[in-house]
Parts: sequence; C-alpha cells; structure tokens
Amino acid sequence: MGTLVEEILSRRVGRPVHAGDTVIAEVDAVMAHDVTGPLAIDAFRSLEMPIWNAARTIFSFDHVFPSNSVAASELHRRIREFAAEYGIRNLFAEGICHLVMVERGFVRPGGVVVGADSHSTTYGALGCFATGMGSTDIGVTMATGRSWFRVPETLRIEVTGDLARGVQAKDLALHVIRQLGAEGANYLAVEWGGPTVTAMGLSERLTLSNLSVDFGAKCGLCEVDAKTWDYLHLPDGGDLRPSQASYSGVLRVDVSELEPQVSAPPAIENVRPLSELAGIRLDEVFIGSCANGRIEDMAIVAGMLEGRQVNPATRTIIIPGTRTAYVQALERGYIDTFVRAGAVVMAAGCGPCLGRQHGTLGPGERALSTSMRNYPGRMGSPDAEIYLANPAVAAASALAGVIADPREEN
Amino acid sequence: MARVFRFGDGISTDAIMPGRYNLTTDPAALAKACFIENRPDFHETVRPGDVIVAGNNFGCGSSREHAPLSIKASGVSAVVARSFARIFYRNAVNLGLPVIRCADLYDAVQDGDEVVVDTEHGTIVAGGRTFQGEAPSAVARRISEAGSLVELIKNHGWAAIEEVV
Ligand code: SF4
Repeated sequence: MGTLVEEILSRRVGRPVHAGDTVIAEVDAVMAHDVTGPLAIDAFRSLEMPIWNAARTIFSFDHVFPSNSVAASELHRRIREFAAEYGIRNLFAEGICHLVMVERGFVRPGGVVVGADSHSTTYGALGCFATGMGSTDIGVTMATGRSWFRVPETLRIEVTGDLARGVQAKDLALHVIRQLGAEGANYLAVEWGGPTVTAMGLSERLTLSNLSVDFGAKCGLCEVDAKTWDYLHLPDGGDLRPSQASYSGVLRVDVSELEPQVSAPPAIENVRPLSELAGIRLDEVFIGSCANGRIEDMAIVAGMLEGRQVNPATRTIIIPGTRTAYVQALERGYIDTFVRAGAVVMAAGCGPCLGRQHGTLGPGERALSTSMRNYPGRMGSPDAEIYLANPAVAAASALAGVIADPREEN
Repeated sequence: MARVFRFGDGISTDAIMPGRYNLTTDPAALAKACFIENRPDFHETVRPGDVIVAGNNFGCGSSREHAPLSIKASGVSAVVARSFARIFYRNAVNLGLPVIRCADLYDAVQDGDEVVVDTEHGTIVAGGRTFQGEAPSAVARRISEAGSLVELIKNHGWAAIEEVV
C-alpha cells in the first residue's frame, strides 16, 4: 500500500517502506553506455570485487556509435575488453540505450533498474522503479547487484481531457515543466496518472517518464495495466496501482485546451505555446532521441513528409531510435519517404542530441529538436540556439524551414 | 585563503563538461576541459583550494560523472550552491568532492572574494560573516568520512550504509 514507488520498493525489500526511509535494494539490471561505461569500469575495478551478474550487466554503444574519433574508439575498446574479461555478452550497438533496454526485455513492471544515464527514468512508464546515476554508483552495482535509495515522496500528476490533434505527451510534459520549473520535482518520484495517461499508448507514456528527470524527478512512474504487458509481449501479470497513497503534492492538468508547446533556449523550463514562437528561422531540425525516437514518432513524421520536400535551407536529420524501429520504418516505407523528402537518415543512436557526432551546430545557428535538452552548448556551439518540440511540430518545421504549426498542415 | 569562482543558476553538466570533451576518463585531461566553453579561463586561473559558489540547480542535466570529476581534478576544495541537481550532488559525494547546500552565501559573495570553508561542519566564513550550510544526510556523511563510495564499499561493504539508515 502506498504510492507506486512505495509499492515497488516495499515488494523489493520485503517489508513496507515509506517516503523518507532509506533502503538498500537489489536491482534487476544495471546499464552503462559508451561514454559513462569506462568510468563505471574504473570504479568497478578499484573495488577489486567479482562481478555481480554478467547476464544482467548491459553496455550500450549509442552516444558515439559508430565512433567518429580515436578517443571514442578507445572508449569502445575498453568496454569490449572489459566485457570479454568478465563474460558480459550484453553489448548492444543497436540504438539508444533506454529504448534498447525496453526492447531487449531488461525492464519489467514492478522491477528495479539503474543506469549510468539520467534518462533511465524512461523505464518508469512500464511501472519499473528506474533512475539514472553516475558511473561510481553504477560500478558499485555492477559489483554488488545493489544500490541505496532514499524512498522519495511522490508528486502525483493527474491528467484529464483529450489531447487535440498535433498535441502529444511531449507537450503535456513541457506544459508541466513550464508550471513547476526545472527543479520542480527535485528528489521526488513523479506519478503520471488519470484518464488521459490511461488512454495513452506506451510510446507516449515512455515520453512522459523520460522527461520526468528534466524537472528533477528521481523516477517517473506510470501505472501498470493490460497495455503495459502487451507492449512487452508478456502475458498479463495484472495491474499495479497506488493504493491509499499519501502524496507530497497533486498537480491536476486538463489538456483539452492545450496547444503544442515549445521549449526555447536557454533551458527546458523556458516553455512557450507554439503560437508565440512560430516563424523563427531554423538551420537544423533533428527528429529522434530517447524522448521521441520510437516507431510511433516516425509514423507521425512520415505521415507529414509523404510526397513533400523539406525546406532546402534547413538540414533535417531523422534517426529511428533503435534498429528495430529502423527496420519497421523501412518495411513501412517511412525511410523511403524521409529520404525522398530530402531528410538525412542516420544510424540508430543518440545522434545530434548531445552534439558529439554529426549535425553539430555552429555559432549563431538555430535548431529545433525532438530531444529534451537545450542547455547552451548541448548540440554544439554554446552560441547556438536549441528549441524543443514534439515530432509533428518538428516535421511541420522541417517543411517550412521555420518553427511551424502541424495543425496548419493538411 | 580560497578564492570564490561564482557561477549563476542552472549551471548544467553540459556547461561544466561539454559532451565533446569527455571522451576520456583521465582526471588531468578532464580538468583542462572543465568549464571550457562556459568560462574558458577557468582552467588557467583556478588554484588548489579555490571554491565554486553557485545559484540554484547546480549540475543539472546529464548524469556524466566527468563533470564533478573535472571540478575535483581542478583542485577545487568545495562547491557551495543554493541547490544542486540530485544526480550531480550524489556523484560529488561519491567522489569525495565536498558539496554544501547553503541558501545565503550566494548573494553575499562576488567572484574573487576570499572565503574559508569548513567542509566537515559545512560552515563558510566570508566577509567577516559566518554562513551555515545544510547538514548532509547520514549516508552522505558516511561516504564522505570514508573518502569515496568506492573506498567505503571496498572496505566495509553495504553494512557500512545499513548501519546508518
Ligand atoms: S538520446 Fe540524448 S538524452 Fe537520450 S540517451 Fe542519448 S544523448 Fe541522452
């Protein structure tokens, strides 16, 4: 009994725990990627302990894959050597770690997963307590299979109303961040619920949980229902919901009148309604990332780009988040649509989101991205500007070459 | 005497250690890139013992531990902020980089001011005034006493944390 996070952690440690308690809990899986992995390996090695469980230790090559520099190749080599030494076979180079973790079945409702990446909160959409940590914590979990957690208080976000056409989970998350600020849920669990969230598909719920960390949350949880099990291709294991929960706060949001939202530089909390920013000229549009790189996002974009041409003055980069999404996009003809529309389609991975590979922004350039980070310097030059929006806004903007409203497209 | 390097609100890990500079785990190389775009002279001017003072949400964004590691490797003796992003704070504690939450110091100091920080008690003396930072949690204190999370777990295992929770 309690909030979702209290339910999950109580089951895990075998006794009722409440917000404010500190627990040491076993995890189901521990993940690091090609940039955070080597530091985690260093921490692990300094412990001089055996590995906890090679089959539940995952490395993802995604932030800079394929490597574009000698330094990155060196990091990759260190991970591969470490994996060979400890018998770790879960080396994935097939897309963004968070999407791969879900596809590969490491995330289960009611489970506990930690990752050396802040957006590990994404798995909360499946009713899994999941949080991002630094490499030292992850190295310790690789050796012990455990981590310590202060059971967080919960902010319940109760959502009602139907989302209008062209308005998505991303807009709901940005709308909440606008109200609460970038620290609004610092140290809290966020619980996304209410009829609107229940009606959403898992792809949209994953977006909500993903962006939870961007207003400070330790985890972003959704209730477990039949759709959750279906998404994971698992037999229905029953619902998981909060019961008689006591919340530190409840935010009620009615999305009926919500229009698409855009986060303007220099930080995610600087959210404005799309109408206020429409018309701003763009040098780049990036569609992808762990927030909006799923096949459902690709479908929205393909529907809008079909038979059209993106604005030649704006480079449009589209990245299906995983190999699975890429193959589905191929089979459904989306890749054909993207390429014919003049977009550049690149290998599954993080791509321009963190400015380390292709699509790097120069000084004074402006980009619109479906990712969730727009700090100065995030995608390249600190003097570039990054706007964040949903995939439909991104597709409309790619066609127009300026920030544009997808609801005005036919 | 330690000098203050003062930063504003919402300093992200992208500002501390941009994604294009952290393809290494070498502390010395990371120190060279610390604040490389946000404050390019930082690496040249910071001296061992200096203190970072910042506003709200210091270290927000990416979980990259390269950020606190680069600050520590720069010789900074403590970071005092009005508030920290959760993951950064925990990473700093794990590495043994002293981090102190203090609501009042930020408005009372300028860049280059001299301060004395007592990291054990979380007190800061600046301009003749004494500021008291928030006490860290029992777990954070236990990790700090051991020097780092790695040292604590290596020498005492999880029992060391079980004892204090
Ligand atoms: S897509 Fe962007 S936010 Fe997501 S894991 Fe990759 S770099 Fe991080």
